[in-house]
Amino acid sequence: MSKEREKGMSLIVKTITRLTVGLILLYGVYIVLHGHVSPGGGFAGGVIIALSFVHLMLAFGKEVAFRKLAEPVVSFFESLGATLFLSIALLGFWGGSFLLNFLPKGESFKLFSAGIIPLCNVAICLKVGAGLFAAFVALVLLKLDVEKE
Amino acid sequence: MLAIYILLIIMIIGAIIAIEVEDLLSSVVTVGAVGLGLSLVCLVLKAPDVAITQFVVEIIALIILMRATVSKDVHGSTIGRRLLGSMVVVGFIAVFLLVAMKSIEELPAFGEPTMRISGEYLASGMSKTGAANMVSAILLDFRAYDTLGEATVLFTAVIGVLAVVRRIGRKEKHGIPGREDE
Repeated sequence: MSKEREKGMSLIVKTITRLTVGLILLYGVYIVLHGHVSPGGGFAGGVIIALSFVHLMLAFGKEVAFRKLAEPVVSFFESLGATLFLSIALLGFWGGSFLLNFLPKGESFKLFSAGIIPLCNVAICLKVGAGLFAAFVALVLLKLDVEKE
Repeated sequence: MLAIYILLIIMIIGAIIAIEVEDLLSSVVTVGAVGLGLSLVCLVLKAPDVAITQFVVEIIALIILMRATVSKDVHGSTIGRRLLGSMVVVGFIAVFLLVAMKSIEELPAFGEPTMRISGEYLASGMSKTGAANMVSAILLDFRAYDTLGEATVLFTAVIGVLAVVRRIGRKEKHGIPGREDE
């Protein structure tokens, strides 16, 4: 049973996945980048990006998913997200205080506006997406491990 | 408000089914229905940010739960329900209901009045932060400390999961190489 699952699901599922996985990833990126203009934000977008890779892993098996996004890369991105958020927060001391919105505010309803908020969204997206994907991978690998026993 | 009550009743029914049903997969699916109902409630209450987050988190939780339960042949607890446990549960529910009735009477009406700090955020949020999405403005500007704490919580949770299920340090029975330590 575990062998079959590692190779992935049926042809129908694989074809549909090939069509949709890019769109899901793109939608996640859109949600993150427009988090300060429209509903959404770093957390929701990060989960959607993680879900696109989970989708890939469920349909094609873990080898294909790891070829797209290897495990060391996942943990690198998670650490990068946390470090990025913290360093943005620390850069606020440049203007006076922790987590200060030191960048120019710009014009509302534009993509490049709101100072540090889009940058924070990107950092949180990296953190949440990589973290949830890592947790999912850990649970799946544990599952396969238990099945072998 | 009627839509909220209908959704709440559906969610309560779903929760009861999730407890009572024998099959684990059906139970997981019903829990997912409860979560999606909650997401719809957030949408009806005009909170699209929360609705989107609830929706996607529900889906990833559902996938993980399914992966964890479907192939595992776990049936519901075969131990009969003990009298003492049931009585304790009923007692706690009674206490909780009494306290909740007392405290809900004291609460102001739903959405009225807007609190002072929230009013201040709503009035000056856009000019101070430049973000059109007020939820993002509050999460990442006014209350960014909270978000930092939340990120720390998630980081710790992921580290905890990875530490529990890692392969390095576990006893190897089948000669699986220990390199997949994620």
